[in-house]
Amino acid sequence: MSRQRSAALVGNPNAGKSALFNALTGARQKIANYPGVTVERKSGRLVLPSGEPVELTDLPGSYGLHPTSPDEEVTAKVIMGRFPGEAAPEVLVVVLDASNLEQHLVFAQEVIALGRPTVVALNMIDLAERDGLVLDPQALEQALGVPVVPTVAVRRRGLDELAAAIASAEARAAEPNPGHPRPHIDLTERRISAHAIAEAAIVSETRRHRLHAKLDKLLLHPWIGPVILFALLFVVFQAVFAGATPFADALDGAVSWLGDQVRAAMPPSLARDLLTDGIISGVGSVVVFLPQIVILFFFILAMEASGYMARAAFLMDRMMAGVGLSGRSFIPLLSSFACAIPGIMATRSITDPRDRLTTILIAPMMTCSARLPVYAVIIAAFIPNRTVGWGVGLQGLVLLALYVAGIVGAMAVALILRRSVTKGAASGFIMELPKYQMPRVKDMAIGLWQRAWIFLRRAGTIIFTVTVVLWLLLNFPRAQDGQNQVDASLAGHIANGLAVVVEPIGFNRDMALSLIPAMAAREVAVSSLATTYAVAAADDAAGSQQLGDRLRGKWTLPMALAFLAWFVFAPQCMSTIAVTRRETNGWKWPAFMLAYLFGLAYVAAGVTYWSAVALGL
Amino acid sequence: MTLDQLPIGKRARIVAVDWSRLVDEEGQRLRALGIDTGARVALAHRGVFGGRDPLAVMVGRMTVALRRVHAAAMEVEPVAETAGTNGAAA
Repeated sequence: MSRQRSAALVGNPNAGKSALFNALTGARQKIANYPGVTVERKSGRLVLPSGEPVELTDLPGSYGLHPTSPDEEVTAKVIMGRFPGEAAPEVLVVVLDASNLEQHLVFAQEVIALGRPTVVALNMIDLAERDGLVLDPQALEQALGVPVVPTVAVRRRGLDELAAAIASAEARAAEPNPGHPRPHIDLTERRISAHAIAEAAIVSETRRHRLHAKLDKLLLHPWIGPVILFALLFVVFQAVFAGATPFADALDGAVSWLGDQVRAAMPPSLARDLLTDGIISGVGSVVVFLPQIVILFFFILAMEASGYMARAAFLMDRMMAGVGLSGRSFIPLLSSFACAIPGIMATRSITDPRDRLTTILIAPMMTCSARLPVYAVIIAAFIPNRTVGWGVGLQGLVLLALYVAGIVGAMAVALILRRSVTKGAASGFIMELPKYQMPRVKDMAIGLWQRAWIFLRRAGTIIFTVTVVLWLLLNFPRAQDGQNQVDASLAGHIANGLAVVVEPIGFNRDMALSLIPAMAAREVAVSSLATTYAVAAADDAAGSQQLGDRLRGKWTLPMALAFLAWFVFAPQCMSTIAVTRRETNGWKWPAFMLAYLFGLAYVAAGVTYWSAVALGL
Repeated sequence: MTLDQLPIGKRARIVAVDWSRLVDEEGQRLRALGIDTGARVALAHRGVFGGRDPLAVMVGRMTVALRRVHAAAMEVEPVAETAGTNGAAA
């Protein structure tokens, strides 16, 4: 039996590790979490020149073996073989940014000093040449005492040579005593020798006005920079909400078509209803968000790969600092406007644990796209379609107010949390601003595919389960003759109990009932209201009425406004709670999130209802 | 003069850092990025709103964003303009 061969890519952030990893392993990658921590473990299969496979891991970027973030801790532990359940990689592949040699050599020396079989990839050598740097890989190899292979991951240059070097290092790893640890040298000594080694490896250096300095002048300009950022965000939002519509409609159509096919093919039965009304429409209602999520991630990945993301964080840091967060929280919160789930997952890049927790806790308050269908139906039914002057529509204004209410609420909560629950010295904002680069189509495609797959997998597991449970609650016990199924069901009984609780904030029983399936996904509230009123409407004339008309008949304006206010804050999304549990490793924080958001929603809806009643609306 | 007072584009050397003014993790992070006593730096950009925070500092061929409170803990000394002085530790 052959042993499991393994190698790992190590290096500073922005050394081009991920691009190199993609180039070496292709699309056959496995993404999982390291057990017990929320750090992504990316591994793939590298084929050696001999045809033998090696498991290649892409370790999180790190500045040293003394970790300052959960990511760096994983890297340090895996390299040292101290990560539980994870064997130390046999070969370490140190990835260096050729144009930032002096800085990257500091960590490289620390890794090489471990004395394990090591290969150095002198990466992005083309960009170094663009910057006017001519390097001597042989000199570097002599100074470091390990093989150095120049590579350009994105152009597949040097990949075969690197694989060959990994193979020979791997062969040495099989020997009984593969390495000799070298004397440990401290950070200052490493930095001095990094300077000397870099100096010796640089054959010539012409100072050119680098592209990236010019771009920074524009993009980080105190006035022009923010204008460009907000213009870009506007484009992103437009694309997410308008650009996704045709695709979402097509998916929606496909889902109803599938439901119709099943309905036509099967005899009427409970099993058929479970399949069509339960599983297909339930899972389908979440899958229709896929186009929005793919478009959003397209922009996020492009901003990340180009190096702009760090600039956006830089520009937003001052504002975020005002509520005790840092620029790093900006991107996760931005993502949450499409969906809190990718937003919460994106908080992994926040180094400070308290900042990260605060960001996770406020992310659900950003108005996600699942709230839009609810807002749209209620606003269309209750807010008159007229202008308030200057061509500004009242309906649009109400929609904007709902978005603003979420943002203001989130900022206020962040401010309070940072002074109470997540109190502690701020970690500040220290971040490398990487060089600008053209995003690569292949890397973008792999990234998008991975995000889409994670989303679909969740739709197929968590959301599937919740949908089935809700369907069961709504359909059992079965109704007796002359009894409405909803009233007879377990969910109906729960709604009766819930109605007592939400009555003080103006909700009627139908509204209470709609909140139950909306726990799966907010937009289900709309279809649930439609079902309830359709079932309740006895005659055909009433049955064909539009949902909006029916709502107007049953609800008052204060009730509708209270319902909107509820949805601004209520944590009506099981998937968000599930993701929060996973990202915070326990039930404590999701429970806290549920409690405070429901509390906030209750107060907001109550205040809205009674203010509206007092105003005589 | 401290780093936050340095005019934009002016090259300087960090002569002393008052680490006690920074949280341990921050200090470790800054040192890992090569921002330490002896490093040659230049201020590239100042942030936007109100307090002109954060700052973008050039160190070697790298640009690092940090806050003014960090920069205020670093005593710098302007150096003469010479070609090719990229050294973090001269």
